[in-house]
Amino acid sequence: MPTICFYFQVHQPFRLRHYTVFERSSSYFDEFKNASICRKVANKCYLPTNRLLLETIRRFDGRFRIAFSITGVLMEQFEKYCPEVISTFDALAQTGCVEFLAETYYHSLSFLYSPTEFVEQVEQQVRKIETMFGQSPRVFRNTELIYNNDLARLVESMGRFDGIITEGADHILGHRNANFVYRPPNSERIKLLLKNYSLSDDIAFRFSNRHWESYPLTADKFAQWVNSVNGNGHVVNLFMDYETFGEHQWEDTGIFQFMAHLPEKVLQHPDNNFMTPTEVFAAYPAMDVVDVPHIISWADTERDLSAWLGNAMQSNALHEVYRLEKLIKNVRDERLLADWRRLQTSDHFYYMCTKYFSDGDVHKYFNPYDSPYDSYINFMNVLDNLKRRCNLLAAERVSQSLS
Amino acid sequence: MKVFMLGWEFPPFISGGLGTACYGLTKAMNHLGIEVVFVLPQSVDIPQNTHVKMLTPRSVSHGNPAGHAYPELGHVRIKTIDSPLQAYKTPDEYQQQLQALIDLKRSKHRISEVHGQEVIDELLHMHGNDSLRSGHYGGDMFSEVHRYAGSAVRLALEEDFDVVHAHDWMTYPAGIAVSAVTGKPLVVHIHSTEFDRSGEHVNQGIYDIERRGLHAADRVIAVSYLTRNIVISRYGVPGEKIEVVYNGVESTGRPNWNFSPTPIRSDEKIVLFLGRITMQKGPEYFLMAAKKVLEEMENVKFVMAGSGDMMQRTIEMAAEMGIGHKVLFTGFLHGEDVQRVYKMADLYVMPSVSEPFGIAPLEALNHDVPVLISKQSGVSEVLTHVLKVDFWDVVEMANKIVAVLKYPPLQMTLREHGNFEVRRLRWADAAEKCGRIYDELLVLV
Repeated sequence: MPTICFYFQVHQPFRLRHYTVFERSSSYFDEFKNASICRKVANKCYLPTNRLLLETIRRFDGRFRIAFSITGVLMEQFEKYCPEVISTFDALAQTGCVEFLAETYYHSLSFLYSPTEFVEQVEQQVRKIETMFGQSPRVFRNTELIYNNDLARLVESMGRFDGIITEGADHILGHRNANFVYRPPNSERIKLLLKNYSLSDDIAFRFSNRHWESYPLTADKFAQWVNSVNGNGHVVNLFMDYETFGEHQWEDTGIFQFMAHLPEKVLQHPDNNFMTPTEVFAAYPAMDVVDVPHIISWADTERDLSAWLGNAMQSNALHEVYRLEKLIKNVRDERLLADWRRLQTSDHFYYMCTKYFSDGDVHKYFNPYDSPYDSYINFMNVLDNLKRRCNLLAAERVSQSLS
Repeated sequence: MKVFMLGWEFPPFISGGLGTACYGLTKAMNHLGIEVVFVLPQSVDIPQNTHVKMLTPRSVSHGNPAGHAYPELGHVRIKTIDSPLQAYKTPDEYQQQLQALIDLKRSKHRISEVHGQEVIDELLHMHGNDSLRSGHYGGDMFSEVHRYAGSAVRLALEEDFDVVHAHDWMTYPAGIAVSAVTGKPLVVHIHSTEFDRSGEHVNQGIYDIERRGLHAADRVIAVSYLTRNIVISRYGVPGEKIEVVYNGVESTGRPNWNFSPTPIRSDEKIVLFLGRITMQKGPEYFLMAAKKVLEEMENVKFVMAGSGDMMQRTIEMAAEMGIGHKVLFTGFLHGEDVQRVYKMADLYVMPSVSEPFGIAPLEALNHDVPVLISKQSGVSEVLTHVLKVDFWDVVEMANKIVAVLKYPPLQMTLREHGNFEVRRLRWADAAEKCGRIYDELLVLV
């Protein structure tokens, strides 16, 4: 009786504008580009998919259930550039069949650098979800599903979460499979949901691949695969970027029709059902402990941090950002703090990735820069200006307190 | 497979990319077992009885182009034709050079002004019946190019080969003539066009020769898609007969730095321009970017290594801009001095206005120096781990220069990946592609 647990990641960064070392302006973000990308993706993906899911939920009268994690930085952009998207997410929230997850507001890698900053960003995200959709997240997912035992401990210490979502990487599972609820070592309360990357990627990556032996993927076929989990698992965790629908897989691939028919085909089998993560945690016990001493993520084939922390530029940029934490927090300037936090969004470091760069692959599709070097230069120039502003303010504060 | 190759410059005297390319390609072809008869012009001070000297690479002792041995070129025979033609010379420079040659002869022969005219006549005019001596140096570059063609044909008739391969415009008439006389297919290799060298102020005579060569050729080899596009759009050559063969670079492995330290202080950053100082190479954009960089950073020196017809103007320009003390001109560098300047450099900049390929950046990467190149270069089609900028965008150029100097991890990453990437650009691949083109032509015949 497999349960299907859908969770969609919804995120867009605040992209930087072209910023040379000679500039002194304190506006760093490309309003035009961010607005146009936000509207474009809204029209191709967020609006039509939200509409489709809303209809499906109504059609099945509460039996179709899903979860979202929408980053704070994207909600800010929705409010600014296309507020209608917010109202469709709100309509989904009102059905009672949709759960919103918690993550870092800025889709950041703060867990790796500063636990204090990490907790602050998670709290900020929780408050944002509460104001926007009237529910308090009970389940946490970290940026890019980055996870290890320490994260579990830190999240548990926050006291508000029942569980964490992460990648079902082969090397942490060994002979086990991802279709059960697990728990981290030495944990009382936290449970884990692990992504079934094979079935998730069948939809997210392989759906329109004509060279794939299972092409074309139909709702029937996929429901069969789900049914075959019966007896060897409780829950099939299908986690993917929301942009899969209409943006990564274009409308003409038939992705919307697939999604429209899937619930019906899955529910044809009387043992199957849909649940949100919190419901899964309530329904199933943790079957075993999964020990993750080393960091994992859902990225690339390596399932590690190398897409964000794989070369000297990335590690330098990240260190420089977090080195500013104390200074920034001392000057207590809202705008400065927000700018600094927007610079923490993981996408900025992903753009600096040199892995696969010469082969030109998926990394390039999402990259607004011509090269990782250009993105590093731009980022460092902005950071340099931020540092300058920060020092100026700090000096002002000192002279104020003296006089 | 035997190739009659009309090329330029062999080491140790190489003045630029054309010579480097000819040598690299020939060496790699030799390695593949392709036999090459390599013909190049060689100016000889005193006219000899024959214009053609027959040499093999094995004749170490005397007589080959530079008194230099090429043990690495077993399948190659080098032949020189006595001619003052040189790579990169303009018609005006040819005129000056010829005048210098005449002056030299005058002084050598201690000929008085009265008899001077005879020397000039002897140098320039046909002397009738002697078939071996049917031509002397042409009075202008164009007649010399055609005289050279005549000599090449005579040389070719003594040789047996399958295909003619001519490098750049000065050898095209020779290529056409040899191909016409022997009936062998003609490949012309275009390393640079008149539009690259002169912008819109093209020399009509040179353009005509280039165009004739490109149209007469059975196959054209362009060094980049950038050049291929120029050949199509400016010369009206059908695209299907133009192939792109990228240049390579000799891999030297990690450079071996062991010479005396340089007098420049170690806390000073060095930005290097290395190449001919001509309009094509964009020296003025380098200076404009330098000025901008100096607004942001103090401790930077800009080194311009090379010579060329814009050198004087560039020196003056640097002075006018008030950055004369920050820009060093070294003149043309040889051998170890090149190594030395690479060792000092924090960044190599190639701001070319129009660069058909650009071998120099590959050499910089080979020497572990990070590279900033203009997008208007063929080499930017093959390099990814370099910084790229439009040559006219001096603010962005300066922005990137400052970034390299200011952020060590950038320099480190560029260097690491760049040095790795450049090792994939091998002359062997270029030679193999040429070999494939020859094979196709021979099937057609």
